[in-house]
Amino acid sequence: MTNLLLNIDAGTIDWSRAQFALTAIYHWLFVPLTLGLALIMGIMETCYYRKTKAFERGETNRDVVDFWRTTTKFWQRLFGINFAMGVATGIILEFEFGTNWSNYSWFVGDIFGAPLAIEGIVAFFMESTFVAVMYFGWNKVSRGFHLASTWLTGLGATISAWWILVANAWMQYPVGCQFNPDTMRNEMVSFMEVALSPFAVSKFCHTITSAWIIGAVFCVGVSCWYLLKKRETKMAVESMKIGAMVGLIASVLAAATGHKSAQDVAEVQPMKLAAMEALYNGGTDVGLTAVAWVNPFCQPDYQNETEAPLKLDMPYALSFMATNNPHGYVPGINDILNGYTTPDGKVEPSIDEKIEMGKQAIEALAAYRQAKSEGADDATLSPLLSTLNENMKYFGYGYVKDKTQVVPYVPVNFWAFRIMVGLGCVFILYFALIIILTYKIPFVTIFTRRLLAAIGLLPETEADGYEITRLPAWHYWLAIVLIPLGYIASESGWLVAEFGRQPWTIQDMLPTWVAVSDLNAGSVALTFILFLILFTTMLAVEISIMLKQIKKGPQL
Amino acid sequence: MKRDNFLFRVFDLYWDGFRRMTLGRTLWAIILIKLFVIFVVLKLFFFPNFLKTHADGDEAGFVATQILNPK
Repeated sequence: MTNLLLNIDAGTIDWSRAQFALTAIYHWLFVPLTLGLALIMGIMETCYYRKTKAFERGETNRDVVDFWRTTTKFWQRLFGINFAMGVATGIILEFEFGTNWSNYSWFVGDIFGAPLAIEGIVAFFMESTFVAVMYFGWNKVSRGFHLASTWLTGLGATISAWWILVANAWMQYPVGCQFNPDTMRNEMVSFMEVALSPFAVSKFCHTITSAWIIGAVFCVGVSCWYLLKKRETKMAVESMKIGAMVGLIASVLAAATGHKSAQDVAEVQPMKLAAMEALYNGGTDVGLTAVAWVNPFCQPDYQNETEAPLKLDMPYALSFMATNNPHGYVPGINDILNGYTTPDGKVEPSIDEKIEMGKQAIEALAAYRQAKSEGADDATLSPLLSTLNENMKYFGYGYVKDKTQVVPYVPVNFWAFRIMVGLGCVFILYFALIIILTYKIPFVTIFTRRLLAAIGLLPETEADGYEITRLPAWHYWLAIVLIPLGYIASESGWLVAEFGRQPWTIQDMLPTWVAVSDLNAGSVALTFILFLILFTTMLAVEISIMLKQIKKGPQL
Repeated sequence: MKRDNFLFRVFDLYWDGFRRMTLGRTLWAIILIKLFVIFVVLKLFFFPNFLKTHADGDEAGFVATQILNPK
């Protein structure tokens, strides 16, 4: 993005991209907390439901039941604030499709529209029904139905996320479609192929598990604030137990699903993987970069450098991550630019060859439409259609003037990937530690506390106890600091997914400069600034209401 | 309408729920303001459907011109 100050086409593209990124990043502040807190409040209400049953059997007392009811309602209140503030923030993205990305919107046809329409219907009916029962239904519906409504609210949000990610996955891996040169649209030929695309499945699993992490860090962070203030300690400790367990399971699952996502990326978007790793020249037995100096402010000279400076890697790890085989072949940026042959004989054309195929597709399409308008017969149209279909896979390359245009901005991908993975590892360790400290596991908890005391992270007086409410203040502050870090990790994942596929709005088929509408850059810049003001105001309002309610505590 | 009627209970759920809202009132106010800004101000004045305003009903032809003759 270097054309923001220009009032020409390049400026329109960059402002449109910046505006879409701003809106998507803002929208993604609310979604993961909704998905994560939905799971946590579902677990809390399940605890309440079980305790109620135990109370009816005379196995526990009324205070325990009241405690879980109050705790559940508190987390549902925070969920509600986030839910309300996030409502309709995603719809702005659809406006942008219609105004800023009109060529793209028409070109993708109903493939993109169908999942979004299903998402809208599901979101409206499922969420609006069960959210109402969840908030208004205490004392009005049975406990079982109320519990089911709470879980179904979360399920509705999760199903919504599924359809959005199906639409996104199609842009990254367009399947189940056929381009119609008469309507200039891609038409869906297999709904199942689109809806159950392996890319969408991996993306969904990784995104949802990462959203659970956000819910968990939020739950643990808010609980630690109460411990810091020495209030609501019972609720804080019990919430920490649930939050940490969700967080640990989610972090491990996010790592596993991330591995599967990386394999999908290696398969269908090798350039993205090469950019994520700053891998200029690939091969077999490739190591995963642990540390390297990639200048965050400029594209590296990948054509002349053999590898990034100061590179320190984990041997075989990238080959394993990409192919499940420590000796697997992973192409680098230059391999992809110049074409390569994998050890099993698969030949991938060079970018120059793809550009030629793309040009043939564009020329065939232009000739087909011209001939059709002049009333040509099938004998004339058929070979043109064949040429178009044969080369349609590389249609977008026909617009590429210089092969380096297909290399995404390496620094953003490289650093965002490291931030995401690094923080993911921190979360696994952190949640495991919180579980050990809060669950009183025989031997393990005391051993860990003594170890922490030995290295100065815990006072000696606390080494042999199980008390979680008397830790030094910085322990609680650490949990609070992890809340924004959770968001940074999550948004970094989005950056990798979206920056890594540049310049494609539809992988290999439509680059950004063809997808964008013929608008004046100034008008897009104006709406960008309007959004910036609107979103900042709304975020400030949300944070203010959320903090006020947290300070207020569980009592209404 | 009888009080144990299903429709009455649904109506009562929403009616009573909205009536007793506290924090919910603030959140609903924010939602309505937000929806007004998004659908009335932004959509009407800043986000027209580009193809509807430029293609004169022939969207396919317009997009073909745009895509086959990019600037």
